[in-house]
Amino acid sequence: MKLELRGITKRFGSLVANDHIDLVVESGEIHALLGENGAGKSTLMNVLYGFYDPDDGEILIDDTAVNFDGPGDAMAAGIGMVHQHFMLVPVFTVAENVVLGHEPVRGGGLIDLTEARRRVREISDRFGFDVDPDAKIEDLTVGAQQRVEIIKALSREARVLILDEPTAVLTPQETDELIGIMRQLRDSGTSIVFITHKLREVRAVADRITVIRRGKVVGSASPSAPETELASLMVGRSVDLGVDKAPAQPGEVGLAVRDLTVLDALGVRQLDGISFDVARGEILAIAGVQGNGQTELTEVILGLQKPVVGSVQLDGLELIGRTVKEVLNAGVGFVPEDRTEDGLVADFSIAENLILDRYDQPPFAKGFSLYPSQVRTNAEKRTVEFDVRTGSVDAFASTLSGGNQQKVVLAREMSRPLRLLVASQPTRGLDVGSIEFVHSRIVAERDNGTPVLIVSTELDEVLALADRIVVMYRGQIVGIVPGGTDRDVLGLMMAGVPLVEAREQAAAHHTALGDADIATEEDNS
Amino acid sequence: MSTVVEAPTASSGPQSPRSGAVLAPISWKAPIAYAVVAVIALIGFVVVAPKGLETTFTVSTSSDFFQIAPITVPSTATALLLCLVALVLAGVSFWATRSRRKVGVWLPSVYGVALVLAFLTWSAAGKDSALPLTGLLQGSLFLAVPLVFGALAGLLCERSGIINIAIEGQLLAGAFLAAVVASITHSAYAGLVAAPIAGALVGLLLVLFSIRYMVDQIIVGVVLNVLVIGVTSYLFSTVLKVDAATFNSPPKLPVIGIPVLSQIPIIGPVLFRQTVLVYVMYVVVAVLQVMVFRSRWGLRLRAVGEHPKAADTVGIKVNLTRMKSTVLGGAVAGLGGAFFTVAAGLAFGKEMAGGKGYIALAAMILGRWSPAGALAAALLFGFSDNLRVVLGIVGTPIPSQIMLMTPYVVTIFAVAGVVGRVRAPASEGIPYVK
Repeated sequence: MKLELRGITKRFGSLVANDHIDLVVESGEIHALLGENGAGKSTLMNVLYGFYDPDDGEILIDDTAVNFDGPGDAMAAGIGMVHQHFMLVPVFTVAENVVLGHEPVRGGGLIDLTEARRRVREISDRFGFDVDPDAKIEDLTVGAQQRVEIIKALSREARVLILDEPTAVLTPQETDELIGIMRQLRDSGTSIVFITHKLREVRAVADRITVIRRGKVVGSASPSAPETELASLMVGRSVDLGVDKAPAQPGEVGLAVRDLTVLDALGVRQLDGISFDVARGEILAIAGVQGNGQTELTEVILGLQKPVVGSVQLDGLELIGRTVKEVLNAGVGFVPEDRTEDGLVADFSIAENLILDRYDQPPFAKGFSLYPSQVRTNAEKRTVEFDVRTGSVDAFASTLSGGNQQKVVLAREMSRPLRLLVASQPTRGLDVGSIEFVHSRIVAERDNGTPVLIVSTELDEVLALADRIVVMYRGQIVGIVPGGTDRDVLGLMMAGVPLVEAREQAAAHHTALGDADIATEEDNS
Repeated sequence: MSTVVEAPTASSGPQSPRSGAVLAPISWKAPIAYAVVAVIALIGFVVVAPKGLETTFTVSTSSDFFQIAPITVPSTATALLLCLVALVLAGVSFWATRSRRKVGVWLPSVYGVALVLAFLTWSAAGKDSALPLTGLLQGSLFLAVPLVFGALAGLLCERSGIINIAIEGQLLAGAFLAAVVASITHSAYAGLVAAPIAGALVGLLLVLFSIRYMVDQIIVGVVLNVLVIGVTSYLFSTVLKVDAATFNSPPKLPVIGIPVLSQIPIIGPVLFRQTVLVYVMYVVVAVLQVMVFRSRWGLRLRAVGEHPKAADTVGIKVNLTRMKSTVLGGAVAGLGGAFFTVAAGLAFGKEMAGGKGYIALAAMILGRWSPAGALAAALLFGFSDNLRVVLGIVGTPIPSQIMLMTPYVVTIFAVAGVVGRVRAPASEGIPYVK
C-alpha cells in the first residue's frame, strides 16, 4: 500500500507543529522519520492516524484522497499505530486489548474469547512473539507490551504500521528483536513508518530517511549517510555527538551506599541489597530499563522513601532517617526524573523556581520576610550562567521549552556548593543543543571534585557520561563495570544476565546495532 | 579509570530466589481487631449478661408450606459458643498473619455472622416476643433495594470514568416522579416506569457538566443533590401538599409470591415473596454482572474508564460512551428511587432518600465496582438497617439512639476496614481531552 501526505499543516494556537509536510511511503519499505524531540513527528503521525484533524493538506492512499474522522477510519483504511506511550489497558488481558474496538461476539453481545485468543495466537505464532493471550498487560515486560501493540495493529490488517519512538523503552536486545520483526514485516509487504531521533537505529534498519526539523521536512537521506551528516541535518548545524571529558581523577569515597532494601506498599522488593560507592570527582551511572529500582534508589538518597535496612553515607554522614531538607542542606543536589512534576512549579516564575530549595535562607529571606530583589538578582545571574532562554525571569516556568526548564532545574541545584549531585534522566526529551549543554555542566561538576550519580535509561547517555556503570535489574545490582563497556554486554546485563555470561553471549551474538557499529568503525578506518 | 567491582549479589544472579533476610513488616491490625472485638463480645454477651434466660427465634411465617417450630435456646450458653467461634477465627487470623498467608472472604463473613447471632441471642434474651429471623432477613432485602440500585448506578458511571455523587439526587428524583405519576394514573406500575426517567435526567445533567464543561465531577454531583432536594421540596410544598389526593397518594406495588419457590422455608418468603421491583433488581444485577465483564459493551465501558486514550485510538467514542452509561446509571438509580414511594406504599416526603444515595456509594466501593459485590454489600447495609427496626420492636437493652447509628457505623467499618486496598477505575473523575 502506498501512502502519501501532501502539504499537511497542523497548528496548535500560534505554534505550527507541522508546516506543509510532504511524505511518500512506498509499499514494503521501512521509512524512517528522523527528527529531534518537539520537531513535530508525533503530531504528523497523529494526523495520519486520524487522531488530530489537519488544518490543511491531504492524505492519499494508493493515490486516492482519504479523509479520516477518527482513529477508527484510519484503522479501517489499513493504518496501524504503535504509540510511544502504549495504548493498552493495564488491567485487561492481552486478548481483550487486542480485540478492543473490533470484538468478535456471540449471541447477546458477549465476547467470543476463544476467537479472541485464536487471533492473538495466530499472529503471535506467525512472528514468533510468544505472547500468552490470557496474561494481564500490567504483568508483562515493556518489550512484551510492545509486541502486544504490534499484534493489535496487525490483527486489524494494518498494511502501514507506524512505530512512534518504539525503542525508547527497550533494552538493546529487545531493540534487536524489534528490528528483526520490522524486517520480517517489511518482507511480508507491510510498509513501516519508523519515528525516532536515534541515528544508529535509523542507519541499521531504514530503507529511506526523511528528516524533519521545526515542523518542516528539511531533507531526505539514504541510510548509508554518515551519522554526523544525519545529525547536522536533524539539528540544523554541525554537532559534536560525543562528550568532551578528560579521564576521571577519582578521589576518596564521597557517597557510600550499603545493603539498601526497600519494599513497596505490597511488600514487593523495589531495592534488594544495593551497595556501591561513588568517589569524589567521578561520575557513576546507573543503567537499567525503567522501573528496575532506580527511582526508589534516588528517592531513598533524598529521604523521600524509607528503606527497611541499609545505610547511605555522604562523607561519613548518615543520610537515612534525615528529612529531605536536612539532606539538601548536607549538600545534595537533586535533578528529578520528571522535571514538570517534581522539578518545577509550573505556575511559579522562573525566579521563584530558582530558589525553591533556599526560599527561607539568607540572602533570600530573613524571619518572615522575603527579599524579592535578591531573588531577582539571583535569577538574572543564573539564567545567564546556565543559558536559559527567556524574555523575563518573571515568566512562568511553564512557558519555557523542555530544554530551558531543565536548565532552570540544573541552575537551581548546582548554584550552591555540592557534596553530591544526583541526576535522574537529566536529558530526557531534550534537543541535541540542550543535551550538549547539560552534559558539559555535569562533567564540569565532576571536575570540581563532586561525586556524581546519574540515573539514565538511555544507554547512549550512560556511555557518554559514565566513569563507572552500575547495571540494575529488578532492584538488584547485576554488576559494576567500567565506562565504555560494550553496549551489547550492558544490554544483556540490563536484562539480568550476570557480567561473565553477558560477555560470553555478546561475543557469540552481535545485535543488529552492534553490527552497524562495527561496520561504521570499518568505514572510518 | 577505576577497577571493576563485582557486586556481591551478582554471583547469585538476580533471578535466584530471594533470601528471607528482609521481609515486609507484618501488620497485626486485623487479627488484633478481631480478637479485641470478640473478647468485648464475650464479656458483654456472656460474662456480665443476666444468666438463666432463654432466647426464641421464629423461622417460619404463617403462610409457609412447611411449618418449623420456633427454636428456643439457652441465651448464655449459645452466646458463649458463638463468641468462642469468633475467638477461634481470630486465632486463625493470627496464625495466617504470622505465616503470611492470605485468608479468604469466608473468615470475616463467618466471624461477622457469629457475632451478629451472639448479639441477637443476647438482645432477645428473656423477651416474651420471639425474634423473627425470617422477618429480619426479609426486611433486610427490602431495605437493601434502593442501595442495590444506587450502587449499580454508581458502578455504571464510575466504570466509564464519571464519578457519580448524585446517586442521592437520582434516588430522590425517581421517588418523586414515581409518586406523582402513580398517583395521577392510579397505577403503581406507571410510577415504576416513570421513575427511571427522572433519574436519567439527573444523570444527563451530571454528564453534561462533567464532559461538556469539565466541571469537577464531585462538585457537580453534590450540587445536583442539593438541586434535586430543592426542586422536589418546592414542588412538594406548592403542588403535592395542596392536592395530595391527586398528586401524592401513590398506590402500593403488590407483593407477588412466586409459586412453589415462595414456599421454601426461610429462603422462600425472603427471596420470592416480594414486589416486582425486587424481581427486577435480581434481573438487573445478574444481567449487569454478565454484561459488564463479558460483553462487548462492558469491555468498551471499562476501557473508557481505565484508559480513555487507548479506547479512542481503537475507534471507541469516549465521551459518547461515558454519556450513555451515565444516563443509564441515572435511570437505574431513578428506578431504585421508586422504592421509597410506590414499593414502600408511602406518599412522597421532603428529602425522603435520607442519605441512602451516599450509603449506596459506599456499597459500590465495598463491592469493588462489581454488580454482585454491590449486591452483597448493599445486603449487609440493609441488614444493619433492619436490625435496628426489628430490635426496636422486640425490645433491646441498647438505647435507641445507639441503634439508629448502626447502619452508619457498619458502613464506616466496612469501607475502612474490610475493603482494604481496592482499585478504582484508573481514569475516573478525569475529563477526557484529546
